[in-house]
Amino acid sequence: MNQKYLPLIATIIIFVVSYAACAAQYPNILSTRVIGNLLTDNAFLGIAAVGMTFVILSGGIDLSIGSVIAFTGIFLAVILQNTGIHPLAAFVLVLIITTLFGAIMGAIIHYLEMPAFIVTLAGMFLARGMAFVLSIDSIPIKHPFYATMKTFYYKLPGGGRITLIGGLMLLVFAAGILIAQRTRFGTNVYALGGGPQTSALMGVPVGRTTIMIYGLSGFLAGLSGIVYSLYTSAGYSLATVGVELDAIAAVVIGGTLLTGGAGFVGGTLVGVLIQGLIQTYITFDGSLSSWWTKILIGALLFAFILMQKAILFLSRQNRKYS
Amino acid sequence: MIDNAKRLGRRLLPQFVALAMILVLIRIVFPDFFSIEIQNGRLYGSLIDILNRGAPVALLAVGMTVVIATKGIDLSVGAVMAICGAVAAASSVRGDPLLLTLVLAVGTGLICGVWNGFLVSVLNIQPIIATLVLMVAGRGIAQLVTEGAILTFNDPGLIFVGSGSFLGLPMPVVIWLVFGIAVALLVRRTALGMLIEAVGINRRASTLSGIQTPLLLMAAYMLSGLCAAIAGLIVTADIRGADANNAGLWLELDAILAVVVGGTSLLGGRFSIVASLIGAMIIQAVNTGILSSGFPPEFNLIIKAAIIVIILVIQSPRVQAGMTFLSRKSVRRDTAEQSVQ
Repeated sequence: MNQKYLPLIATIIIFVVSYAACAAQYPNILSTRVIGNLLTDNAFLGIAAVGMTFVILSGGIDLSIGSVIAFTGIFLAVILQNTGIHPLAAFVLVLIITTLFGAIMGAIIHYLEMPAFIVTLAGMFLARGMAFVLSIDSIPIKHPFYATMKTFYYKLPGGGRITLIGGLMLLVFAAGILIAQRTRFGTNVYALGGGPQTSALMGVPVGRTTIMIYGLSGFLAGLSGIVYSLYTSAGYSLATVGVELDAIAAVVIGGTLLTGGAGFVGGTLVGVLIQGLIQTYITFDGSLSSWWTKILIGALLFAFILMQKAILFLSRQNRKYS
Repeated sequence: MIDNAKRLGRRLLPQFVALAMILVLIRIVFPDFFSIEIQNGRLYGSLIDILNRGAPVALLAVGMTVVIATKGIDLSVGAVMAICGAVAAASSVRGDPLLLTLVLAVGTGLICGVWNGFLVSVLNIQPIIATLVLMVAGRGIAQLVTEGAILTFNDPGLIFVGSGSFLGLPMPVVIWLVFGIAVALLVRRTALGMLIEAVGINRRASTLSGIQTPLLLMAAYMLSGLCAAIAGLIVTADIRGADANNAGLWLELDAILAVVVGGTSLLGGRFSIVASLIGAMIIQAVNTGILSSGFPPEFNLIIKAAIIVIILVIQSPRVQAGMTFLSRKSVRRDTAEQSVQ
């Protein structure tokens, strides 16, 4: 069997086993209602994590997404409150802004040869600051369009619903998988993660790809912000603090190598679902505090990093002796 | 000796100029800014306030500088601050003597450092990921210690660490000044600093040339843990309680920023602890300045982001290469003119 699928398979096994363990204790976890809510509650995280997967596959990191989500939310709330434009137009506008924001960060990273970590850190401050400037209050969104959007859902047998945003997340993941596996851009991203110099020598347009990667991450963070504003029907500049960490954790738990170059967008979905499952279990249990979520996610992160190390080590050994 | 001082002066010049510019700018908007007065045998004033409020970031920056110089990064310091603060508060509430409380908190910080150092130096995990584990789990652990509540305490000894004063200066200022200078002397008056730079520039080469790389990396992360523990003690003592959720929140980013503003490259190698300390003061001056000049605090982050971008652009390898190119050109023109004459 191909070794590159090992982390992905391990993630899926962990998810299935832990889901089964949860279901053994609380059979209701198997109901479609819980599954539907799992998708809806984690939709914004999942969409942002797709962008993060591309960034990490290319060997970079994007710390700005949490702030960009909050900025998107507050931008939509302010613009819908103060102007008469249709939410769809506002969506397009905000997506253009966040995509450009990401693309500019990508350009700075490439042309000024600065570490992605510090550039996106500045981006994080900037986006959060712009959100604060727009408003420091939590602004409700009362547009009738938002109410209509909430009535769209696909009813599963058993009373569960795949809501618009839950479905959108699945669509984004499907698109992400296609882009990563079936397009030239996807191949370039993997090549870039293997090493910028080698990929440049192979003819990968490094500059354009870097800008596109961070632009894509910005676009998806904006989309995630729209989903978050639909989910909460409000905009708040202090919302989604630290979502970038959850997204990075989801990507790593999903089996993507943090040094870049290896991993799958699909794994990230499982990583997001594992985090959602931990939260659902804690809600079901009722006696555990929510901080166990953080400790468990930290422990899972550690386990996956160790596993990746072991796989890398084993594959090197194999190469040595074959 | 004089040569050394000159070199240090040249190294610190941009940071000093930046700090002075920011202070003068605030002075223009807010005329009372430089006034310092003595009340009850203790200094008061905005400048003292900057030194005092900047203490946690300054302390974190000391450890972060050394870690970054080894080509690493420590994202967990904010979470470690929360853990150590929680441990100190829990110990104080239990009625332990002050010394035991301090030892427990500092010991916890060192253990966190050992954990990070173990992941980085023994398991060879990328520092940014290795320390991410503790960053994510750390606040949960701190909650575990405080059992989800904000622990408050009344031990006057512990409170003294956060709000007492020594020789007229607030205690946090004394702590970070003494600690920072001690570490700076330790690395610069011994070969340690050079070895750290060697590891940061090329880990493999320095291992091959006989440097105990794993030990050195471990020591760097332990130092960072120690700094976080002291910073956590100060923050906890200042509010007389341990807040597992908010103590040290996002301070790791401020500390990294302080190091970068101080001119130490994130790519490892050359470092200056004193420059990082000035960097921390620059950040605090911006924060205090924005607040005291009556600017809405919402602009704080935008201004901070702008400052980072400007400093980063100046430091970026591309721009620097361009500048050397230009200056070389002018030098060549000068020499050419001279030779013509």
